[in-house]
Amino acid sequence: MSALEVAVTRKIGDFELDTSFTVDSGISVLFGPSGAGKSLTLSLIAGLIRPDTGTIVINGVVVTDCARREFVSTQERRVGMVFQDGLLLPHRSVLDNVALAVRQAGGRRARRDIARSWLELVGAEELAGRRPGSLSGGQRQRVALARSLAGEPAIVLMDEPLTALDSAVRREMRSLIRGVITSTGIAAVLVTHDLQEAEELADVVIDYADGRVLGQRTVTHPTRLEGPRESAAGSEEE
Amino acid sequence: MTGLIPHSWLNALGIAPWVWNPLSVSFHAAVEATIVVAVAGIALGYLLARTHFPGRGAIETVFSLPMALPPTVVGYYLLTQLGGPGPIRNAEVDLFGHPLTFTFTGIVVAQIVESFPYCLRFSRAAVAAVDPRFEQVARAMGMSRGRIALLVTLPLARRGLVAGVAMAFGRAIGDFGATSIVAGSVPMATTMPLALYNAVFYGTHGQAMVLALVQVGVALAILLGVSRLGKVRAW
Repeated sequence: MSALEVAVTRKIGDFELDTSFTVDSGISVLFGPSGAGKSLTLSLIAGLIRPDTGTIVINGVVVTDCARREFVSTQERRVGMVFQDGLLLPHRSVLDNVALAVRQAGGRRARRDIARSWLELVGAEELAGRRPGSLSGGQRQRVALARSLAGEPAIVLMDEPLTALDSAVRREMRSLIRGVITSTGIAAVLVTHDLQEAEELADVVIDYADGRVLGQRTVTHPTRLEGPRESAAGSEEE
Repeated sequence: MTGLIPHSWLNALGIAPWVWNPLSVSFHAAVEATIVVAVAGIALGYLLARTHFPGRGAIETVFSLPMALPPTVVGYYLLTQLGGPGPIRNAEVDLFGHPLTFTFTGIVVAQIVESFPYCLRFSRAAVAAVDPRFEQVARAMGMSRGRIALLVTLPLARRGLVAGVAMAFGRAIGDFGATSIVAGSVPMATTMPLALYNAVFYGTHGQAMVLALVQVGVALAILLGVSRLGKVRAW
C-alpha cells in the first residue's frame, strides 16, 4: 500500500495544476521552481483547498474523491504540517504548542508528557518552557517538526521548511528531518526549490514545472547523515 | 454604581455629587454597553473576516452606519423604535415592564448602537491581519473551528481587539447626541456629556468647566491606554 496517491487537477486564475504521483514511506521531495504548483499540491493533500477533479488517497484511505463528492476535512486527515517560518503560536510555550497537537485521549498532563517525548526526539526538550519568540530559526523548526509529528499523522507535509535558515543550521536540520522520518516510519512530502536540499533529503524526487509532474526519480545517498540526536538543541546557538 | 462609594467618602475627597453622579452613570452605562459590544462585535468581526457568505458586505455596512450618521439621527430612530408604538416597544414592555426610553437602560442601548461599529471594524481588521497559515496548521493539528478561534486566531489578534474595545468604550462614554434624545436628562440617568450640556444651558459655568475637564481626563486616559496597547511587546 502506498503512503500517498495523488491524481488531481485544480485551476486558479490562469494557473492550472494537473498532477499525478504516488509515494511510499520515507521522504518524497516535490522539486521545482517557484510557481510550479508544489505548495498548492501540499494544500490539496492537506485538504486546505479542494481540487476540481481527481482523488487523493493517504495510507489507503480515500480523503478526496471529486467524482464521488467525498472530502475528508483537514482535521480528520491526520496530516502534520511544517511551514517555512515554523508558525508556532507566539502566545503559548513550546511545550503547549506541541501538546495542542497531541490527539491521544487523556488529560492535559498526559498530553504534555507525550509532547515532551516528541520534543526529546527532535532534541528540543530543553526548550519546553520557552516562548517561540525567544527561539532561533533552527530551534523553531525543530519544535515545528515535533508538533507536526505529535498528532501521529499518516503523513507529514513540509513546505520549504529550511529556506529561512542559514546553511549550517540547514545542514543540521536536514540530518534531523532524515533521522526523525526514518525512526518514526511516517511518510513525508517536502517542497523545495533547492536542488542540493532535494537530493540530500529525498528518497524520491518528483520534478515539477508549470503545474505538471515532469518525472519521478529515486535518490541514492552514499554520504547521508543519520540520527536525530546528533544535532540536539544544545548544538545550536540560542 | 452611585451607591458603591458612600457619599461621606466622596465629600471627604472633595468630589461633589454633581460631578460624581453623572460620572458614575456614564461609567456604569459605558461598562455595560462595552461588555455587550465586545462580545457581539468581536464575534461578528471574526465572522466577517473569516467566513464568506452572501450579504457580508451589506451586514458590515448596516452595522457601521452609526459611524457615518449624526448621533442625533441615530437617537431619533432609537427614540421612535424604542418609544413609539410597535413590536419593539411591546417586547420592551414584556421584558422590562416599561419602555426603555428615558431610562438608564435606554442610555445603555444608545451607547451600544453608537459604539458597536468601532469594535466591529477594529475586530474585523485585527482578525483579517492574522496569518491564515496559523489556522491551517491548527486544522492539521485536528483542532475544531471553535478551538482555533479561541486558542489561535483571537489571541493572535488580541492587540487590535483590545484597541477596538477601548475605542468602543471611549465612544460610549462620550456619546451625547443619541443618549440625549433616547434618555433625555432624567434624575440618576444623566451622563457626563448631558450634565455638561445642562450646566452650560443653565449658566453654571464653573460646573461646566469642571465637567468638561473631567471628560478631557477620561478621554486622555483612554487614548493613553490604547497607545500603550500598541507598544506591548510581541509576546
